[in-house]
Amino acid sequence: MNQYMNTIKNYATKNVITILFLGLSIIFMIVSGMGGHLYATDIVNRVSRNLFLVLALIIPVSAGMGLNFSIVTGAMVAQAVIIAVTHFGQYYGHWIFLDHWGILTCAILVTPLAILVGYFVGSLFNRTKGQEMITGLILGFFAAAIYMFIFLQLVGGAIPMDNPILVLSQGVGIRTTIDLSGYLRYGLDDLWRVELPIMFIVFGVLLALYRVVTFIRAKADRVSLAQLIYSVVLALIAVGVGIGLTVTDSVYRTVQAPAATWLVIIAMCLFITFFQRTKLGQDMRSVGQDRHVAAVSGLAVNKIRVKAVIYSTVLAAWGHIIFLQNMGAFSTYGSYNQVGFYSVAAILIGGATVTKANIGHAILGVFLFHTLFIFAPSAGRQLFGDAQIGEYFRVFVVYGVIGFTLALYAWKTKMQGKQLLSKKDS
Amino acid sequence: MKKIIKNIVEVVSIPRLIIIAFFLFLCISAVFMELSIAELMSSSLVRICMNGILVLAILPSIVCGTGPNFGVSLGILCGLVGGLTAIEVGLFSYANLFTAMLFSIPLAVLVGYGYGLMLNKVKGSEMMFSMFMGWSAVSVMCIFWVVAPYNNPEMAWPIGRGVRVTTALRNIGLDQILNNFFSFKIGDITVPTGLILFFLLCCLLVWLFLRSKSGIAMHAAGDNPRFAEAAGIKVDKYRIVGSILSTILGAIGIIVYAQSFGFYQLYQAPHWMPLAAVAAILIGGASIKKASIANVIIGVILFQGTLVVGMPVFNLYTADMASMGEITRMLMQNGIILYALTQIGRGD
Repeated sequence: MNQYMNTIKNYATKNVITILFLGLSIIFMIVSGMGGHLYATDIVNRVSRNLFLVLALIIPVSAGMGLNFSIVTGAMVAQAVIIAVTHFGQYYGHWIFLDHWGILTCAILVTPLAILVGYFVGSLFNRTKGQEMITGLILGFFAAAIYMFIFLQLVGGAIPMDNPILVLSQGVGIRTTIDLSGYLRYGLDDLWRVELPIMFIVFGVLLALYRVVTFIRAKADRVSLAQLIYSVVLALIAVGVGIGLTVTDSVYRTVQAPAATWLVIIAMCLFITFFQRTKLGQDMRSVGQDRHVAAVSGLAVNKIRVKAVIYSTVLAAWGHIIFLQNMGAFSTYGSYNQVGFYSVAAILIGGATVTKANIGHAILGVFLFHTLFIFAPSAGRQLFGDAQIGEYFRVFVVYGVIGFTLALYAWKTKMQGKQLLSKKDS
Repeated sequence: MKKIIKNIVEVVSIPRLIIIAFFLFLCISAVFMELSIAELMSSSLVRICMNGILVLAILPSIVCGTGPNFGVSLGILCGLVGGLTAIEVGLFSYANLFTAMLFSIPLAVLVGYGYGLMLNKVKGSEMMFSMFMGWSAVSVMCIFWVVAPYNNPEMAWPIGRGVRVTTALRNIGLDQILNNFFSFKIGDITVPTGLILFFLLCCLLVWLFLRSKSGIAMHAAGDNPRFAEAAGIKVDKYRIVGSILSTILGAIGIIVYAQSFGFYQLYQAPHWMPLAAVAAILIGGASIKKASIANVIIGVILFQGTLVVGMPVFNLYTADMASMGEITRMLMQNGIILYALTQIGRGD
């Protein structure tokens, strides 16, 4: 019995933020008095919009570079390409610049640019080893200035562009908001939509299948048996809920989940899982564990670190395209700002740390983070009579979670160092 | 000759040379464009001195070894609370100014103490922690401004509750009160005597403190913590002292800033102030580990001078001068911080 208590205690101290957020979300959910249907529509939308971006954070963490705040540079590149493709769509009206083909064009065009930017960012990180996070953060602000210079001062002037819909009336500079409806909006999402209950059933089946396969591969040891049971129970619940909602013909059947986007996300999850088993992925992990040991054993540490940042930047650029096509309109000089903070906060809420992050953390984190975001304003109104307080609270949550995790991490490493020292002494 | 130039480049470093060259270029173009030099000089003087104390607030944190204080917004928030409380009490002009400082200093000591304790727990990642600490404090205070029990019509919303986004200081007699103290004119240049004197007084006090016994101990604690510990200096204690001093200066700095600006700016306004202050001291030649009063003064002159002179010059060059000023600020500010980060661990 005592042993179980200890395990629970251990689990709780390790996942204090996740548990806190689960509790907070439930409280907000009850207080806000918001309908389940509204919530379901919103959360499906938000999770499918954001998850890909958060996945971009995983690879640099495994390479020991911490939480990569510089994914905003990837987002900026994505915005630049989207502006260009929208411009061509309005100018030529050719099918390759519209709808899902337009999204594909964006994804193809953005890749070489993101690789280039990732290369520069990675090279800078190699000059500030040990300070990658703050460098990435400040670099994001620095890059924003360059981005603003290009799109406010050069476009229309030094870079000719003749498009009254996108360019400001003075002829120089891109407008502050860009509307994508009719061009790229829902380009990916609308490719294939599926009723939410059916998504539940498919997810349940996929989860169960995945676990059974890994169970057989791992030759049936105890850990994977526990995982198998856990997953099968989860899968059964998902399938049960899905079938139940379909049979009773509930309102949730009107929630249309963007299955195409989810296919892309699942493909990316599989890619990341596969990638971490390749030679490069393994090398990244050894660089992440100890840079000096990796260097001594003959790994090109700097090159591997640059590659990690390149992967992250490209994924972030693609993720931001998915994000914007779902938003449908975006602020030219604003929407990239939040990408770094929100993604990092989300993955931390899912239980990731500065040195450890996986796909599970990303999924759980995005889900909890957005649950809180959806409920915070109405909970604020109910509790304090002011929705604004809920909004401020969300901002606080983003910064607070990141600050708290960083502090916890720094404190733990310090304590470990002390323990090592005292062991040496005794 | 070549050697001298090489030495200068090494000491001043290329990013700072670029900024100095840019500043000189702006000044020369201002002369050639026949802009009003007197007006530029007057507004530069005001801008330099009103931002000076906020930049000075970064100094103790670098000296005591916690790195540039990206969380100086904690001090700024203390100053704002002090200022609003002084208005709420119903004081005017000088009485208001000094009461505001009097209210905010004990608050800043308390906050700075707690902040210093936390910084001691996260040794090694102070910069990142202080940045997010500052930002979360700003967002918590956003909630505070909404629920705060301030009812003075000067600052409360006429309907609903909470404090307005900006509080005008004209009716309280605080507007430019230091600037106008014994201010005089040389030709067309207005000299804000009180403001300059107050800034220099703060510099002098900090300078004196750094030369006192505890100041020297603090220096040692920041310079080489292990050595200082071996010499019997309590490193953690002096790091707390540095944080407290930094927070106090931040609080006084924002009050001086606000009286010159004419408004207390609340809610999101303090969000970006620490970055600008840190950038200024770095432009002045400080590094993440070393700084002096000279760095503060040179840095704030270069940084604010460039921004003030830049505005009208850009106006003639570009279609959109407001955004160009903002872009210049962001490039300078974040560029110099990035440069300073690349210099960590290069024996500088």
